[in-house]
Amino acid sequence: MPGAQVPITIEQLVALNPYNPDILPDLENYVEEQVATQTYSLDANLCLLRLYQFQPARLDVRIVARMLVKALMALPATDFNLCMFLIPERLQMEEPFLTLATLAHFLETAHFREFWDEANRNRDILEVVPGFERAIQGYAIHVLSITYQRLPRSILAEAINVEGLSLDKFLEYQVNNNGWTLEKGGQLVVLPANEDNHPVLRKSSADSIPLEHVARLFPVLG
Amino acid sequence: MAYDAGYGGRDYGGGYDDSYDDRPEFRDGFRDLQPPEPGFDSTNYVPDVVKSFVVYLYRHIRQKNVYEIHQMYEGSFQKLSERLFKQSYWPAVEMIAPYVENDHVFCLLYKEMWFRHLYARLQPTLEQRCDSWDNYCNLFQVILHGNVNMQLPNQWLWDMVDEFIYQFQSFCQYRAKLKQRTDHELALLKQVDEVWNVIGVMNYLQALIEKSMILQILDEEKDGNVTFTATDGYDYHGGTNVLKVLGYFSIVGLLRVHCLLGDYQSGLRALSPIDINQPGVFNTVIGCQITTIYYYGFANLMLRRYLNAIKSFNQVLLYIFKTKQYHQRSSQYDQILKKNEQMYALLAICLSLCPHPKLVEENVNNLLREKYGEKMLRMQRSEEANFDELFSFSCPKFVTPSLPNYNEPLVNFNQDAYRLQLKLFLSEVRQQQLLSGIRSFLKLYTTISISKLASFMDVNEPTLRVALLMYKHKTHVINDDGSVLSNADVDFYVADDMVHIADTKVTKHFGDYFIQHISKFDEIINDLDQVQLE
Repeated sequence: MPGAQVPITIEQLVALNPYNPDILPDLENYVEEQVATQTYSLDANLCLLRLYQFQPARLDVRIVARMLVKALMALPATDFNLCMFLIPERLQMEEPFLTLATLAHFLETAHFREFWDEANRNRDILEVVPGFERAIQGYAIHVLSITYQRLPRSILAEAINVEGLSLDKFLEYQVNNNGWTLEKGGQLVVLPANEDNHPVLRKSSADSIPLEHVARLFPVLG
Repeated sequence: MAYDAGYGGRDYGGGYDDSYDDRPEFRDGFRDLQPPEPGFDSTNYVPDVVKSFVVYLYRHIRQKNVYEIHQMYEGSFQKLSERLFKQSYWPAVEMIAPYVENDHVFCLLYKEMWFRHLYARLQPTLEQRCDSWDNYCNLFQVILHGNVNMQLPNQWLWDMVDEFIYQFQSFCQYRAKLKQRTDHELALLKQVDEVWNVIGVMNYLQALIEKSMILQILDEEKDGNVTFTATDGYDYHGGTNVLKVLGYFSIVGLLRVHCLLGDYQSGLRALSPIDINQPGVFNTVIGCQITTIYYYGFANLMLRRYLNAIKSFNQVLLYIFKTKQYHQRSSQYDQILKKNEQMYALLAICLSLCPHPKLVEENVNNLLREKYGEKMLRMQRSEEANFDELFSFSCPKFVTPSLPNYNEPLVNFNQDAYRLQLKLFLSEVRQQQLLSGIRSFLKLYTTISISKLASFMDVNEPTLRVALLMYKHKTHVINDDGSVLSNADVDFYVADDMVHIADTKVTKHFGDYFIQHISKFDEIINDLDQVQLE
């Protein structure tokens, strides 16, 4: 096509020409862009990690650290683990990767109190990525929502690292917007019903037979 | 999964029996079939029977007689290799070229087979590895840009992609064992950065996919315009199947390479144009089917999508169980058996982390218990050593794709990639350790207070609450579209300080039972009908 060159997005680059070391600087810039604009792209970041794997000398520790923080923010998705599969073991033994792995471990095992303590000790790694705190709180609420129907306030406080007046404000917001209710003078939080905290709601497939199975019999039944 | 023999692409029956000696290329008799003396240079002498072989093969390729090509490729080639070249090279391509009009493409194909034979029977030298790489480059260039007008059996086209990746893997392992390399080899290695370079390998696979437009073809099939799959990829209108089918198999190739590098997400994404739950061209070659499911299942295991892994392993293991007798004389039989064993091990791992016995078919389950029954019990009690053993046995041969630093002291780093994957896998297993304890207690109750459950499990309440949260997190998988899927066999919810366990009555699936037996009886009746009474 003559004339104007249509600007190609990073996503298009990753889809069409991913095994090309020339796009490495673009992908690095894209990580910074994700941090700045609070967006996220797992595919682009995996593509970059792959290129780093092919040419380890070009690996930028700061960029990888940012990618991992973004991946933590994607929990409950397993993005952090996916990234770790691609990072050389030697590097994982150094900082900041050791700390990030510890943080990931706490989150994966739902040790929220230990997580927030450790996160507080490492604000320098985390504060560079805006939205981190909110993302982790979102993850904590997700896990609580699939586990609890009725949740003691203290457990919530510990999980999202919010107490006192801030917690009251937070609860007020959730009550007004997300269907939460409070009982026992605010000491008990009632979470909205979903398939996972109301397992009985799960569709019973015990007695239904899928059509494909019966279809197998049609030749026999004539 | 119905197995469709397809046109010319049969990979069982025919060609595996001894009437094979009646084949025309062997008509000259086996006069030259004495194995050469040791030290005899087999590359420079063309026995008459080999001359017949290349002449006939060349003719069949020119005439696009796919069935005959397949017989020769699968049968005659193996037979001659077995009898004449068991531990030696086939004649060099320069020696046979005169008999095939020096046809450029045929020579590339011959060399591909020549190197594959070498890799299978002997140890390739560094120079040979480089030559084989050059040959693949030339072959793929000609297919991508040269308007090749052949029809080749799917088996051969799959083998090309399969072998291409195998040789890449082999080269990475070879290059990573720096301590075993001679000075001469090291000197040569430093000069050949582009040989079996991972970027080159991936770009060839990508190029085959793109040039063949296979993604668009598969996409159109979703709308019902099924032409490619209906013909098993063959072209009935006088055209060529080579580029399209290579493109298709390269999709599986990318899945495999991504897994070898530890990038499971990208592997699965690369595979996504192929729906493994529908019949497809990948079913036409058993090696391809097994490779696809093996890597698909493994990738899902590492992504914690245990249900997907279990279902796919179950399906293919059942298929192998039913059909492996037909492949006994095939050159791939050993590979099939090996992957079979590995997948049982992977299935054992998956079921230990995510017990779902109903998902496993009867025959497969019996074999599974036989092989790994005891180990599974121990894994369910979180004994790490068994996870380590089974993982190490069944995992892919991971590679470190980057060039070594020849200036540092020489070390062997061929195990690095594997060790990393193992380490991360085991740490996941360790995180899930508490889950089986919770599971067994939950099965015993319909409701239980947090305090009581904590005391039974010998932990304090906060620890138990945390463990319950983790149980939920680990058993609830996030799909690509963001939806949550539970793979827990026993589920619960917590209200304040009471744990309510979901009703887990084991429902007898009478419907399935009857259907299964109706089908079985129908089969028996059909068999009886075919019995002729004397």
